[in-house]
Amino acid sequence: MTFWEYLDNRHQQLLTDAYQHASVVFQCMVVATALGVLIGVATYRSEWAGSLATTSTATVLTVPALALIGLLVPVVGLGVPPTVIALTLYGLLPVVRNAIVGLRGVDPSLVDAATGIGMSGTSRLLRIELPLAWPPILTGIRVATQMLMGIAAIAAYASGPGLGNVIFRGLASLGSANALNQVLAGTLGIIILALLFDAAYVLIGRLTISRGIRV
Amino acid sequence: MSETGDHGASIELESLTKSFPGSARPAVDNVSMEIRAGEVVVLVGPSGCGKSTTLKMINRLIEPTGGRIRIGGEDVTDMDPVELRRKLGYAIQSAGLFPHMTVAQNIALVPKLIGWPKARIRQRTEELLDLVGLDPGEFQGRYPRRLSGGQQQRVGVARALAADPPVLLMDEPFGAVDPITREHLQDELIRLQHELRKTIVFVTHDFDEAIRIGDRIAVLRERSRIAQFDTPEAILTDPADDFVSGFVGAGAALKRLNLTRVRDVQITDCPTVTIDDPWQQIFNRLRAGGTGEVLLLDRRGRPCKWLRRGDLMRARGSLARAGTPVHDTVTRDATLRDALEAVLTDKAGRVAVTGRRGEYTGVVDMETLLNSVHGLLEADRLDATEHQHEPAELRAARKHPERQGGQGVTGAGGPGGAR
Repeated sequence: MTFWEYLDNRHQQLLTDAYQHASVVFQCMVVATALGVLIGVATYRSEWAGSLATTSTATVLTVPALALIGLLVPVVGLGVPPTVIALTLYGLLPVVRNAIVGLRGVDPSLVDAATGIGMSGTSRLLRIELPLAWPPILTGIRVATQMLMGIAAIAAYASGPGLGNVIFRGLASLGSANALNQVLAGTLGIIILALLFDAAYVLIGRLTISRGIRV
Repeated sequence: MSETGDHGASIELESLTKSFPGSARPAVDNVSMEIRAGEVVVLVGPSGCGKSTTLKMINRLIEPTGGRIRIGGEDVTDMDPVELRRKLGYAIQSAGLFPHMTVAQNIALVPKLIGWPKARIRQRTEELLDLVGLDPGEFQGRYPRRLSGGQQQRVGVARALAADPPVLLMDEPFGAVDPITREHLQDELIRLQHELRKTIVFVTHDFDEAIRIGDRIAVLRERSRIAQFDTPEAILTDPADDFVSGFVGAGAALKRLNLTRVRDVQITDCPTVTIDDPWQQIFNRLRAGGTGEVLLLDRRGRPCKWLRRGDLMRARGSLARAGTPVHDTVTRDATLRDALEAVLTDKAGRVAVTGRRGEYTGVVDMETLLNSVHGLLEADRLDATEHQHEPAELRAARKHPERQGGQGVTGAGGPGGAR
């Protein structure tokens, strides 16, 4: 069976896997973004809290994905839970770090001006600091998403959802007729998804970054 | 001076003190100051003297560690700072415009925060842009990065004025623009203040800027201690001590020229002819005038050329070729310093004064200038000696009554001089 025939044959299954892959990455990114920005907002003003947040999220990233998922399985079981937890944790670091860097990078004289004209702390954060820090935060989200695309494949090891299942099935049956096709289809699928997500982020950037600060 | 501004509010600082943790001496030490409603007070002093800190304590960007602040008679020392700041306009160096918002959004921020209806905000935005000399149609949708430094600063001032606060705090607002734009902005501010009558507290390290815009100037030394708090005239003619005279710098008499406008001195007349006058009439006017020259005006009455007796002969009857073109004029609102500059560069030592539309209104020459400067300095000196006989408490602010000579500044005794 050629690769094209294989695709033709299994496209239903592949599309479902791809959809689940995209879906789990997307949902974990939403959670990671919300958590990451919150952590950034909570810690950027203090030197040590900021470093603590960056270091601890960086530490998570040094744990190999396979090991982390493996460690999570006895605690939360197989399937979706370990996948979601692992992906969210991995997605945090770029978001947290960029949020802190972005918020700290806002020109202090602008913060001063905002306070000086009578903005409360919350409205200053929401209307001035976060919008100005948004471009680096969005970059962090982009980087995190790319990373999660690859890591999500490993989730199949814990019977998680996604294109990783196709790849693992292929790897498990190496030598059989469809093994190579399966690995290839899974990998290519992930690459295409990653590119699609990236294009979406460019669009989001266009829509959400003020023309006044767009480079 | 402006005692009764209808929009301004008085500001009283009473023993205001700020000590930062970890430093032995306070950054601002026991400052007391009374700023009248509708007055422009400039805090001027060397870098790091605490003038900015003093200003920021008024809107509590820096919390004072001691003393009271009263605005319009109301004690605001313990008021909610966010509420307080919405009543005080605040303009800073390089404008501090938010780059992700358009000009209109920047200006509308404070009115939005205090819940003005949309229509009123839009109307106010346009009104303010007009006020600071920017065309609303052209500028309100622009982002700050597409404005020049001077334009940004104008928007900064408009934003500070947005909610029509009685008090305007300005922290070296024109520090980051080039000298020419800075002078423009200073003139604009003076014009604005003429209309608005806000109470303005203005911080700068540039003494010339202080002279230009201040009704009164507080010269501050380290830890924001007041060395002298008086009118620009008084500080120029009668600096309280060596520190003040050092800060005033050389050429106080020249700086004095900045404080008087051409309209305040005697403008002389000179024979004029217009470009449409018949040949013979020009000739007669030339012969009749004692100075031997006439000023040729164009059809709209604007000075155009100086004609001397020989010029007409040499040009063989062509007015287009005859005479020396007028290359410099001053308006009635120009300072004497500008006039002096123009007179000095003019070969014949005189300059034409023009009205609002550039029409001829008279002439100023070297002699007039010299006489008026002498008159001014004499008046300042008289004022100063008069004040010497005032009761002691009026002069209590003065720490060094003895005179220091050799500054090229005349005058003796207490504060004096009025605008």
